[in-house]
Amino acid sequence: MNPKRFWAIVKKEFLQLKRDKPSMAIALIMPVMMLLLFGYAVSTDVDHIATAYLDLSRTPESRELLAKFRASNYFNLDYPVNTTAELNSLFKKGKIKAGLIIPPDYTEKLNRGQIPEVKYIVDGSDPSIARPALSSGVLVGQNYTREILAKKYPQIAKNSISLIRAEVRYNPKIRSQIFTIPGLIGLVMQNLTVLLTAFALVREKERGTIEQLIVTPVTSFELILGKLVPYVLIGFLSFTIAFYFGINWFSVPMQGDTLTLFALALCFVAVALAIGILISTVARTQLQAMQMTIVFLLPSILLSGFMFPREAMPKIIQYLGYAIPLTYFLEILRGIIIRGAGLLELQNQAIALTVLGVFLLVAASLRFKKRLE
Amino acid sequence: MTVAILTENLTKTFGPKVAVDNVSFTVPAGKIFGLLGPNGSGKSTTIRMLCGALLPTSGRAEIFGMDVVKKTREVRNLIGYMSQRFSLYEDLTVEENLDFFGRIYNLPAKLLKSRKEEILLMAGLTENRKTLTAHLSGGWKQRLALGAAMIHRPKLLILDEPTAGVDPVSRRIFWEIIKKLCATGISVLVTTHYMDEAEICDIVGFIFNGKLVSFGTPAELMAKEGKDSLEDVFIEYVERTTGKKVYDFKDLEKFIGGKPA
Ligand SMILES: Nc1ncnc2c1ncn2[C@@H]1O[C@H](COP(=O)(O)OP(=O)(O)OP(=O)(O)O)[C@@H](O)[C@H]1O
Ligand SMILES: [Mg+2]
Repeated sequence: MNPKRFWAIVKKEFLQLKRDKPSMAIALIMPVMMLLLFGYAVSTDVDHIATAYLDLSRTPESRELLAKFRASNYFNLDYPVNTTAELNSLFKKGKIKAGLIIPPDYTEKLNRGQIPEVKYIVDGSDPSIARPALSSGVLVGQNYTREILAKKYPQIAKNSISLIRAEVRYNPKIRSQIFTIPGLIGLVMQNLTVLLTAFALVREKERGTIEQLIVTPVTSFELILGKLVPYVLIGFLSFTIAFYFGINWFSVPMQGDTLTLFALALCFVAVALAIGILISTVARTQLQAMQMTIVFLLPSILLSGFMFPREAMPKIIQYLGYAIPLTYFLEILRGIIIRGAGLLELQNQAIALTVLGVFLLVAASLRFKKRLE
Repeated sequence: MTVAILTENLTKTFGPKVAVDNVSFTVPAGKIFGLLGPNGSGKSTTIRMLCGALLPTSGRAEIFGMDVVKKTREVRNLIGYMSQRFSLYEDLTVEENLDFFGRIYNLPAKLLKSRKEEILLMAGLTENRKTLTAHLSGGWKQRLALGAAMIHRPKLLILDEPTAGVDPVSRRIFWEIIKKLCATGISVLVTTHYMDEAEICDIVGFIFNGKLVSFGTPAELMAKEGKDSLEDVFIEYVERTTGKKVYDFKDLEKFIGGKPA
C-alpha cells in the first residue's frame, strides 16, 4: 500500500463529506436527537394505568376499596362510569386499560359473611401494560383483603385470599404477537409508501427530466396527484398482503370489521404518500431523500407507540407522538383487529388522520412550484 | 411583422451572481435566432426564463405577445423546449416518451398517432420505436428530444445546445430538420458553440457575462467587425471584453515547454 495514494483518498473523502451538508447534519444532530428520543421513549415501566370504575354499591366500604386502588399509585381512577356498556365502550376506544366493577350487593354480602365478587378487567392487547396491570390489580386486591377486611370480617379473610376476580379481555393469554403484528402491518406499510414516494419527484430532479416536464402546460396538482395514484394502489396492495399474511401466519384473530379497517388504511396510505411527496419536494437528490426518510422514520417507530407503550412516556414525548400519523393508525389497527372497535370508537383517530393527510397534501402541493431553482 | 420573442431589460441573479444582465432584443417570427456566447455566459438562464422555468429577477419577456410570467400557461402551449441536458425518460421506450408528451399536451388520440408517425419518420426512428431511450446513441437521442418538443406543433422551438456532443453526420441531419421546420413558418431559438451552425442562423445575438454585446444578421456582424467568419467575430468579442489576447500563448508555453516525465 502506498501511503500517499491512501492519504489522497482519505483527504478527498473528507473534502466531499464536508460539502455534503445533509450528511454532516445527520452525523452531528442524529446522535443527540436519537439519545433524547430513546432515553425518554424507551421505558416500559407503566404506572398510572388509566382505569374506569363502576361502583354499583356506593357505600363507605366500596369507596374504601377504590381508595385502596388509588393509593397504590398504579392506577389512575379517572373514569367513573354508571353502566357496563359505558365501561365496554371505553375499553374499545382504548381510553382505559383496566376497569373495576363493584357489585350492588358488595356491602350486604360482606355483612352477611359472604364473599362479594369484585370484577377487575384488564385490556390484554398490550402485554407490556397488561402484565403489570394484572399483577398490580391482583396485589392490591390481596392486600386489601388481608389488611383491611381481615380486621372487620375475619371469616371472609380466612376463606379467600382476595375478593377480586381478575379477567383479561381481548388477549386472554397475553400473547405478544397479538399486539405486535397489527402494529407491524402499519409500520411496514408506512415505511414502504413513504420511501417509494420520496423518490417520485426527486428522481425527476436528479435525472433532469423535471426540466422538460416543467415547460409543459401540466399543473402542479395534476403532476402530484398523477404521481400519487400508482403509489396509492401499490401501498394498498402491500397493506392487503401484510394484513392477510400477518393475521393468518401468526394466528392473530381479527375481531373487527375488515371493511372499516381497509377504508381507514386507504386514508393512511394517502397520508404516508403525502409525507413522501413532501420529502420529495424538499430533497434535491435521491440520497437526500433517503436521509430525510430515515430521519422521519426513526422517531415514528419510537413515538407512535409501535415499540414502547406511549403511556409510559413523559407527557411532552406523548404530545410529540400526536404529530405522527402512524400513532393514529396504530390505534386504529389495534382497535379494530384486537378489540373489535368500529368507526364509532375510532372516530377521533380517523378525523386526526384525515386532517393530517389534507394538511400534508396541501403543504406538498404548495411547496412544489413549477419552477426550477 | 409578428414578434416571436421580445425581452426588455431581462435580468436574473443567483445571489451575488448576475447570470443575465439587462438583456433586450426582439426577434421576428419565422426566423432562426442563434444565441451565442462562451460557457457560463447566461444562455441557458435566458432560455429558462423564456420558458417560464425560472422567474426573472427584473425586466420582462414576451413570446408572441404573451408575458412569460403573467401568461405562463399560454406561453407553454406555444413553445417546444429541448433542454441542454437530455431530459426525456431514459427508462421509457421511444414511443412511450412521445405518447407521454403528446398526452401532456392534451392531443386527441388520433392526432397523436399521426404526429408520432411523422416524428418517428422525421427522426429516422421508425425502426427503433420500441427501443429503450437509454439505449439510443447521442444523435438519435437528440432527434427524439426534438421530436418530443415538436409533438404539439409549437410556434416557437427553443433548443439549448441541441448538437453538443453529436457526430458531424447527425449534426448535419439535425440542422436540415431545423431548416425544414423553419421553412414551414416555425420560429427557432437555438444556442450553439459551433460557429458553422451559427452562420446558418438568420439572426444571432452574442452574450458575454450575461450582457448582450451584439445582435444582428451574421453578415452584418462580420461586416461590422471586419472579419470573414463568425468564429473570428466571436474571438474578437471575447478579447475585447476580457482585455486579453486569446492567441497569447506565453503562459501556455511555460506549462507545455517542460520536458515529459
Ligand atoms: N441555479 C443556479 N444557481 C446559481 N448559479 C447559477 C444557476 N444557474 C446558472 N448559474 C450561473 O449563471 C451563469 C450562467 O449560466 P448559464 O447556464 O445560463 O450559462 P450558459 O451560457 O448556458 O453556459 P453553457 O454554455 O456552459 O451552457 C453561470 O455562471 C452559472 O454558474
Ligand atoms: Mg447552457
